[in-house]
Amino acid sequence: MNNCRRKFLKIAGLSALGLGVKPALDLLTVPDAHALMPPDAYKPDAKGLKAKHWGMVIDTSKFDKPEKFEKVIQACHNTHNVPEIPGKQEVKWLWTDEFKATFPDNEQHYIPDKVESRKFLLLCNHCENPACVRVCPTKATFKREDGIVMMDMHRCIGCRFCMAACPYGARSFNFGEPRPYLKYENPEYPTRMRGVVEKCTFCTERLALGKMPYCAEASGGAILFGDLNDAKSEVRKALKENFTIRRKVALGTSPSVYYII
Amino acid sequence: MYNGKYIIPGLIVFLGLITFPFWYNIVAGAPYAKAKLPLPADQKECIEKAEFMRAEHMQILDEWRDKVVRDGARIYTASNGKQWAISLQNTCMKCHANKVEFCDKCHLQNSVSPYCWTCHLEPKGNQ
Repeated sequence: MNNCRRKFLKIAGLSALGLGVKPALDLLTVPDAHALMPPDAYKPDAKGLKAKHWGMVIDTSKFDKPEKFEKVIQACHNTHNVPEIPGKQEVKWLWTDEFKATFPDNEQHYIPDKVESRKFLLLCNHCENPACVRVCPTKATFKREDGIVMMDMHRCIGCRFCMAACPYGARSFNFGEPRPYLKYENPEYPTRMRGVVEKCTFCTERLALGKMPYCAEASGGAILFGDLNDAKSEVRKALKENFTIRRKVALGTSPSVYYII
Repeated sequence: MYNGKYIIPGLIVFLGLITFPFWYNIVAGAPYAKAKLPLPADQKECIEKAEFMRAEHMQILDEWRDKVVRDGARIYTASNGKQWAISLQNTCMKCHANKVEFCDKCHLQNSVSPYCWTCHLEPKGNQ
């Protein structure tokens, strides 16, 4: 009898505890904000430009003076808050180099002086098969459906695998805080912080509002930007009419930036 | 119980010590005062209701950044049907133009340090 009663009390006690679990758990769990937010609350801007495969054609013969490069580079760097850091820790989205460095696998003897002395505008090639995206451990860099290789700064951990993978040197690491090196801060665009990798994004923030990239706009027609999948687009017309080359195609990354020589 | 005369007072002292912050605050007063935030004078309502924003602004901001950067969705339709461009710098901070008075006040009081402003630029002036 005594034993029975003891057992009963034990079970009753446990049951009472069990009843208390649910309210205690409810206190601990956070209400789901997503359930409170309206469904399908997000959509792209109707003004935005759309494409299957964004690409760029650069007419290198039109970049005949250093000022023309300067204008394009400043248009990009000033608006995207790209710092001007001297030396090896430089950060660049757009920059220039000579023929040999731009097309090292295109080794030709006796190339015309005008080509040999020419500078070439360099930027992220937004490859169809981007090596940087394959190696990124956090998916901070990823390829969008429209072909743009995008950076998500919120996720970059600064491991620099992408810099090792990119055959074009298109990526820059912020070894220190970049803000002291900004001459001017564009209040409408973020800066970066110490320890993240950055590069050209084909001005996704402008495309989303229906505008062309800054460099294309500032180039006065020397840089064409458009849909490589659309046979009627400006870029495809330029590719049809001119002989173009791309950088380091033998590596298989398939760049989306074409150079008219 | 063996050594009950030591163990039980010991337990009481132990419990007293680990609950010190709770009863200290009850005894000493200093009740938690909600930070008074300056609200934009020319606006009646934020993108959602104030209570919702107070509790969930971090979830919204977290979702916003993914939607913009990863999905390219830049327009937010609020539950009242109003549409907003998704942007911390260009939408939120256009009304809440004083980061020190608006963001920092609560964050400091509650010892949270979000790292939004290591990259995003806070509005200049008005400080």
